[in-house]
Amino acid sequence: MTEPVTEELLDLTLTVNGVPRHAKAPARRLLSDFLRHDLQLTGTHVGCEHGVCGACTVLVDGQPMRSCLMFAITAQAHEITTVEGLGTIDSMGPVQQAFTECHGLQCGFCTPGFLTTITAYLEDHPHPTSDEAREAISGNLCRCTGYQNIVKSVLRAAEIKAEIRAEIRAELAAGTTAEVDGA
Amino acid sequence: MKPAPFVHHAPRSVADAVAVLAEVGHDGKVLAGGQSLIPILNMRLASPAHLVDINQVAGLADVTVSDTEVRVGALVRHAQLEHHDEAYAALPLLRQALVNVAHPVIRNRGTTVGSIAHADAAGEMPAMLALTDGVVEAVSASASREIAVADFFEGALETSLTPEELAVAVRFRRFAAGTGTSFMERARRHGDYAMAGVAAAVRTSDGLIADARLSFVSVTDVPRSLDVTEVFAGQEPESVDWSAAADLVHAAIEPEGDIHATAEYRAMLAVELARLTLAQAARRSVAAHQVARDTEGPAA
Repeated sequence: MTEPVTEELLDLTLTVNGVPRHAKAPARRLLSDFLRHDLQLTGTHVGCEHGVCGACTVLVDGQPMRSCLMFAITAQAHEITTVEGLGTIDSMGPVQQAFTECHGLQCGFCTPGFLTTITAYLEDHPHPTSDEAREAISGNLCRCTGYQNIVKSVLRAAEIKAEIRAEIRAELAAGTTAEVDGA
Repeated sequence: MKPAPFVHHAPRSVADAVAVLAEVGHDGKVLAGGQSLIPILNMRLASPAHLVDINQVAGLADVTVSDTEVRVGALVRHAQLEHHDEAYAALPLLRQALVNVAHPVIRNRGTTVGSIAHADAAGEMPAMLALTDGVVEAVSASASREIAVADFFEGALETSLTPEELAVAVRFRRFAAGTGTSFMERARRHGDYAMAGVAAAVRTSDGLIADARLSFVSVTDVPRSLDVTEVFAGQEPESVDWSAAADLVHAAIEPEGDIHATAEYRAMLAVELARLTLAQAARRSVAAHQVARDTEGPAA
C-alpha cells in the first residue's frame, strides 16, 4: 500500500467577472471545480466532465471554453466570465432575457453553458440565421427543453441586442444634438 | 472523474520546458490545450506525476506562411489557424479540415500541434500532416530534430517523440501551384468523431490529371497518405471515373466497427468519400488554373 499523497495547496488568483478572487487549491483543480467549490460560484454546472456536454462552458478572455477541460492554475493568466457575470435576476443580459421570453429552458441544468456560448457567438455573429443558430449551439447538450426554443432564444437574443444598439445610437445622436444646441 | 495529483510545472521558455522534461522523463506529460489530455486525466486513463504546462512558454503561438510551408507553433489554437487568412490562402485544406475538428468551443482551446502529438487516427489534423507530407519540429535538452510525418506516427496514440522531447511546431508543406484540395467526413452528429473522413489533393497540368493523393480519418491505425496518381494520371478530370481508386483505398484502410458504424460501413463510406473528395479537389484544381489564366491574361 502506497502512502497517501499529501497534496501541496497553491495560492491561486483568478480574475472572475472582473474581480480578482483568491483561494488555495491543488494544481489538479479543474477550473469548473475551482469556480464552484473554492469560489462558491455555483452557476457554472458540471455535466460530463470530458468536454462533450457543454454545461460548464465559461468565457476565457471572451472566448467560450470548457471549464472542465482547463486547470484553475492555467486559467490565472486570463479573464474568466461565468454565467453570474452575464446579468442578475433584476437586470438580465440579452441572452438571459431571450431564454425567459422564448422558454429556452426547463430544468436549467444546461442553461449556463448555453448562455455563455451564445453570448460569445452573438458578439461575432450579430445576425444569425436559424441554421447558423443551430450550428452555434451544436456543442451544447440539452436533455429536456429540446433545441427548438433554444434556437428561437438565440434569434430573439440577437434582436434584443440589435434593439439595445439602436437605442444607444439614438441616445448618442440625441446627445450630439444637445451639445450642438448648448454650444 | 477528477485527475490524480500531479506536480505542475509552468516553464516560460522552451529551454526551461525541455529541462523539466529531461528531468522527469517518462513521468512527465506536456499540457498545451488539454482538450484530449484533460479528459484522459479526468477519467484516470493516465496519471502522469508531472505536467509540463507550456501555456506560458513564449514564442510558440505563431502561424508563419512561407512559399513552401505553413508553420504552426505548439500553442496555436485550432481556431487561430482556422481563421488565419494567409494560411487559408496558402493551404485551403487546413480550414477545410479544421471546421470539422470537434466544436468551435473545443477549437478555441485545443491546439493543432497537440492534436498531432496526440496521434489519434480519428483526429483530422494528423491526417492533414500526412496528406501535406509535413514535418514535426522536436526539441529536447540535448538536441533538435525534424521528424518527417512518415517517421512520426507509429501506432494508435503513439509517435516517435521521446519523453524528453517537446514538439514545438509542425510544418504543413504547401502543394504545387494548381493543386485542388477537399476534405469531407461523416459523423453521427456534427462535431462528433467521424465514422470516416477523407482528404484529397489533386493536381492537374495542361488539363490532365498529374497527381492525386488521399489521407484518411478514423479508418486507419496510423495517419498516412495514399498516392493514387497511377490510377488517374493523364486522364481528363471531367470524364474520369473517380471510383477507380476503390481497390487501392480498400487495401490501405483497416476500419474497425463500433456502436456507431460497422467496419464494412466505414469502408464503404471511406471509398465513397474518396470518390467525392477526389472529384471536388480536381474541380478546384481546374478552377485554380482558370483563375491563374484570367489574372495573367489581361496583364500579358
